[in-house]
Amino acid sequence: MKLFLSALSLSIGFAAAAGAQQSVLTVYTYDSFVAEWGPGPAVEAAFEETCGCDLQFVAAGDGAALLARIQLEGKRTDADIVLGLDSNLTARAAATGLLTPHNRHDEWDLPVRWDDPLFVPYDWGFFAFVYDETRTAEPPGSMEALARSDIRVVIQDPRSSTPGLGLLLWVKHAYGERAKSIWQELADNVVTVTPGWSEAYGMFLDGHAEMVLSYTTSPAYHMIAEGDRTKRAAAFAEGHYMQVEVAARLAASDQPELADMFLEFMAGDVFQGLIPTTNWMYPAKMPASGLPVEFGELVQPSKALLYSSDDAASVRDVALAEWLEALSQ
Amino acid sequence: MTRVASAASLALVLFLSVGTFVAVSLRADTSLALGTSDWAAIRFTFVQAALSSAISCLLAVPVARAVARRNFPGRSLLITLLGAPFILPTIVAIVGILAVFGSTGLLGSLVRAVGIRAPEIYGLHGVVLAHVFFNLPLATRFVLQGWLAVPSERLRTAAALGFGPREVFTHIERPMLRSVLPGALVVVFLVCLSSFAVALIMGGGPRATTIELAIYQAFMFEFDVGRAARLALIQFMLGICAGIVAWRVALPTGFGAGLDRPAERWDARRPGLRLADGLVITAVSLFLLLPLGTVLIEGFGEMFRLPSSVYFAAARSLAVALASVLLMLALALPIALAVSRTSQRQALLAEGAGLLMIAASPMVVGLGLYIILFPLVDPISVALAVTALVNAGTSLPFALRAIIPAVRDAEVNFGSLADSLGLNGAARVRLLILPRTMRPLGFAMGITAALSMGDLGVIALFGSTDAPTLPLMLYRLMGAYRMEQASGAALLLVLLSILVFWTFDRGGRINSAS
Repeated sequence: MKLFLSALSLSIGFAAAAGAQQSVLTVYTYDSFVAEWGPGPAVEAAFEETCGCDLQFVAAGDGAALLARIQLEGKRTDADIVLGLDSNLTARAAATGLLTPHNRHDEWDLPVRWDDPLFVPYDWGFFAFVYDETRTAEPPGSMEALARSDIRVVIQDPRSSTPGLGLLLWVKHAYGERAKSIWQELADNVVTVTPGWSEAYGMFLDGHAEMVLSYTTSPAYHMIAEGDRTKRAAAFAEGHYMQVEVAARLAASDQPELADMFLEFMAGDVFQGLIPTTNWMYPAKMPASGLPVEFGELVQPSKALLYSSDDAASVRDVALAEWLEALSQ
Repeated sequence: MTRVASAASLALVLFLSVGTFVAVSLRADTSLALGTSDWAAIRFTFVQAALSSAISCLLAVPVARAVARRNFPGRSLLITLLGAPFILPTIVAIVGILAVFGSTGLLGSLVRAVGIRAPEIYGLHGVVLAHVFFNLPLATRFVLQGWLAVPSERLRTAAALGFGPREVFTHIERPMLRSVLPGALVVVFLVCLSSFAVALIMGGGPRATTIELAIYQAFMFEFDVGRAARLALIQFMLGICAGIVAWRVALPTGFGAGLDRPAERWDARRPGLRLADGLVITAVSLFLLLPLGTVLIEGFGEMFRLPSSVYFAAARSLAVALASVLLMLALALPIALAVSRTSQRQALLAEGAGLLMIAASPMVVGLGLYIILFPLVDPISVALAVTALVNAGTSLPFALRAIIPAVRDAEVNFGSLADSLGLNGAARVRLLILPRTMRPLGFAMGITAALSMGDLGVIALFGSTDAPTLPLMLYRLMGAYRMEQASGAALLLVLLSILVFWTFDRGGRINSAS
């Protein structure tokens, strides 16, 4: 069976580009990272200039699905680096035993202390519901107000997407025992639940919904890249949940030196300088160029909410069960 | 030699259906009770399948009646169109349905133009709409056969007795529908029971998740193999139950031989009925053609400027389709040969094996294969081969149904002559069987090729991230919300599916000896 299938794949599969002499560093990441307007193209060009290698980004769904992907592939994975997990997933990711320590000692410009031995942060931000002020004149000021309104929202699945998981923890952190009833009230506002961020944001821009779960920094994209000031993030009174996005090296990587080089590059000024205007997040280390002035106009949350990664892992299962139950009805 | 080959084919079919099921049941986590979301998935699977089959069959009645009793230009074209969903990739139809019925689509824009907020398509109604799109044609063809099987003498007698439409319905049409509709209902229900791609894209969250989709999510989102396997057990049981019901209800036979002749209907020569039939035919044509037309219009410009990765994916899909056709032949021919020569009981066994493949859903088979293969080989590296194999297995029931009668005819008519000439083994297959079965063989190859070309089942489960097939690529483009490129890829996919079907089907006809 094995031989038969292997032979069949060989005959079906296409051989990798002939003469690929350069070493290849494979980075698994989420869809929007490799989009033409995302950080992927610029990062690839800049890193390849210094590494003498071929950097290949492979988009494998949204952040949380990335974790399942490396588990699914196990020790045979081609990935050297996984980029796009976040602090809510790190405990679960560490438990797989597929990742290896980074041995770095950086000083980060994060709003939280960071000394995780496995994960290197590269940016951070606050989740928020983004709206278009020409379509929604008076946005809700809290999760409860949103749940009571008839505003249609698109959200992401917490099982596959890091914003989706962030929203789950946001509601749980802010409302605790009441989280379930909030979700029951929110259920009729939800147009659809997408597997990833890209699809949800695209649907919002196309007019399928009045609001979309994204980041407080998303409006910066519209201001800077499109000169459009109509997209805003709604400030919620209960505060906003935070996300720290991270990357890690796989233990099974066949390019450990290149992988280390990449993590070094990721913490460097070039990569960090690209983050605000390509991934539209706050950089993990403030680049020499600073932030674009437009970032000064963004919503500043009254309160930053965040579970420690261990708490996030334990809260997640309860919160997910509540979410599933509320949205199954 | 044929005996060995047919035993090997049967063994492979059993491996794909029963073997994967055993693997799944060994890994199933049965320690926990079913959760709310599991029950929601089971309930939704039933509700959507029941609604989809009821609506499809209910609508099929007026459509089939109109087609049966009217002669109009484009009638045979419409009948061909009713067969199209068979070779139309599910994901392409979804792209088309979203473009027409989505809130920002064709109808949504019309509704908005008069100032009404267009309803969203995501959820139960969207899923049912897409299923009706696929299964109304199927049900119509079943019912149409019932109508055209009514002997014209009976209609003549009815006319002589002065029957109006109501009497014709009571005495002729109602008994006919009573015998045809249950089979059609069961078939559509069975098809919708294992719906995956439609719920994946148009479901819209936990309240509209089928069991197949829940298996996919447990595996792809959480890598919870135990839970996925437990859901797979449920799906398999449901498939078997529905399969047994289907076995007991008289299934509609054949795929539309002799649908070309409208019946003379004296009772229907009234202007009112004429108008009603005309409206029904126009409505169903629009319902089927608008989504396809939108894919054609929106995709046409884009198709020529797609990134090269899409064309590579298309090449991969073509290779999968060809491999799938070869595997299907390797499975179907030995079984057909064995069946045509052996006892009734063994023949039943072979057909039962074919039926097993209908009950085995793509996600169950895919998950089972992953569990079996993972300790031996990287499942992702053999994903294309597995896709080809599973699709060969899925097409097997159709292929056997098409091929077996032709092989039997060849043996009955020329078997003893061949025996007296000592024509045996490979030469017998080459000189006697193949030339006599070219037409059904070509059709079966065409169906297999088109099915595997458009398949978004097993490949979604462990398709490679950097070497996807065209349907998987299309799904990813939609996920990344690159809708222009997605519409181009959708058009490319549907054109290639039609091309492979047409090539094989046509090839079978040209070289046919009959």
